[in-house]
Amino acid sequence: MSHSTLRRKLAERSFIGLCIAAVALPLIILIVLMVDVGIDSIDRLNWSFLSSYPSRKAEEAGIRPGLVGSVYLIALTAAMALPIGVGAAVYLEEYAKRGWLANLIEINLANLAGVPSIIYGLLGLKLFVRTIGLGRGLLAGACTMALLILPIVILASREALRTVPLSIREGAYALGATRWQTVSQVVLPVAFPGILTGAILSVSRAIGEAAPLIVVGALAYIAFLPDGINSPFTVLPIQIFNWVSRPQREFLDNAAAGIVVLLVTMLLLNGLAIYLRNRLQKRRYW
Amino acid sequence: MSSAIEVKSAAKTNPNINLTLPDSAEKEGSLKTKFSIKNLSAWFGNQQAIRAISMDISEKQVTAIIGPSGCGKSTFIRCLNRMHELVPGTQVEGLVKFDGYNIYDKGVDPVLLRRRVGMVFQKPNPFPTMSVRENVLAGLKLTKSEQIKRAPETVERALQQAALWREVRDRLDEPGAGLSGGQQQRLCIARALAVEPDVLLMDEPCSALDPIATARIEDLIHGLAESYTIIIVTHNMQQAARVSNRTAFFLLGELVEFGKTNQLFTAPKDKRTEDYITGKFG
Ligand SMILES: Nc1ncnc2c1ncn2[C@@H]1O[C@H](COP(=O)(O)OP(=O)(O)OP(=O)(O)O)[C@@H](O)[C@H]1O
Ligand SMILES: [Mg+2]
Repeated sequence: MSHSTLRRKLAERSFIGLCIAAVALPLIILIVLMVDVGIDSIDRLNWSFLSSYPSRKAEEAGIRPGLVGSVYLIALTAAMALPIGVGAAVYLEEYAKRGWLANLIEINLANLAGVPSIIYGLLGLKLFVRTIGLGRGLLAGACTMALLILPIVILASREALRTVPLSIREGAYALGATRWQTVSQVVLPVAFPGILTGAILSVSRAIGEAAPLIVVGALAYIAFLPDGINSPFTVLPIQIFNWVSRPQREFLDNAAAGIVVLLVTMLLLNGLAIYLRNRLQKRRYW
Repeated sequence: MSSAIEVKSAAKTNPNINLTLPDSAEKEGSLKTKFSIKNLSAWFGNQQAIRAISMDISEKQVTAIIGPSGCGKSTFIRCLNRMHELVPGTQVEGLVKFDGYNIYDKGVDPVLLRRRVGMVFQKPNPFPTMSVRENVLAGLKLTKSEQIKRAPETVERALQQAALWREVRDRLDEPGAGLSGGQQQRLCIARALAVEPDVLLMDEPCSALDPIATARIEDLIHGLAESYTIIIVTHNMQQAARVSNRTAFFLLGELVEFGKTNQLFTAPKDKRTEDYITGKFG
């Protein structure tokens, strides 16, 4: 074997090694964390933990308001952010004229997606709680969360729309379809799996956020379920945060159990979305 | 040996098709004009793709467009159903009269025009989320045509016409994009035929097809010419000779020569046409 082949093989080997290390490192950290959380939570994870309200006694405390609050909040957030976000993406990608305004919007969207979530909390507090007067309830929280994930939804949806080849659109136009018929019946179905991926990512982000909701006024201690759209509420991450900050060791176990519930909720939601996407994708060939 | 003779000998290998033109070519004088094109120019940005093209295209005739790659053939036919303007930054100038009306007039809705002037593209583009059946019916569904009520007949007729029926009749509910490249192209032809346009613009419809499928498409074109006006872009001069009544030769965005097909291939008037068909360039 010549010298240069040897070197090339060596380079290839070490590159593969690097790649494996890059995958392994986060996986190991994640597994260690999960195991640690899993061990801590094992005593607390039972039905009564899911169905009880928080309490001063750690062993009686449960996560019910947080879990229900999170589900309500996510449902409301998705119901607002997804249609608006996809609609905005369709407008920007399929209808808006290219030009300096489009470029400006594009740059701003990318920047907005990177703005720290606490800023959205402050905006939500001013806009939804004070100016519009929604109060410190579920709706104000969901509006704030919707604002937070909107740029991500728009960016991901635009990306998905952009991957639909021009030739496919032209095929529809050549049959005498209007722009709307083309977009709604040909382009969107093709882009749908990609749009759904963006939706999964953004909703997952919203599930884990606590900071903007604290600003908007989610409560840390709550002993009832939200009974309306403006009702006070809490969410899983806030409940977990609250338990973590208690001095007693038992509350830390509660926090661990809360984290497991949060992760499982997230995985279930993602799993559902991925299942839907795969079902739709099965019918798609290029 | 001149290539005009080669053209003839190639045509002879297919017994179904002869080089002598259909009778209708002889009474061309009495044919109605479908498209009347005057000084048509088109641009991509600053680059002019076709220059001041003028020609009349008769109804129920097959018009072939030949010319070297990049000479503006696709651009030209895309101006006839106003597809050219869908590309950002493009521009069109001139007059295109379709049945006597200028299609570039302010009041003309390109959507309605395209329902009457169908198109088959250079590359097959079946809709990826639709089955074979849905692809064929796509035009009717998209435009909410009444004809959708006769969907099963329409599917079979269009696929028969496109010489695809036998291959896909058991696979109508499979994805259209799962067919082979040549089958996809015929599926796109069926899709265009299902909406029953007046005019069919075909941009190299046979470039992905084997000789048998090509022959069937050529038969189809012959059959369709009885009721449709067909404009076909082709790189294959034998094909132009076999299927068309009239042929237009494009070069560098200009129309060099336009005339009866057998005259253009056997006795071209322009030196450049002769050079092209005898294979001196292109
Ligand atoms: N989307 C586009 N943007 C910019 N220029 C283009 C575009 N499409 C075509 N052109 C240019 O316009 C000219 C004519 O192109 P056109 O596609 O009409 O050629 P054609 O005769 O169909 O060629 P071919 O036989 O290769 O299909 C070419 O010079 C080409 O580079
Ligand atoms: Mg072309």
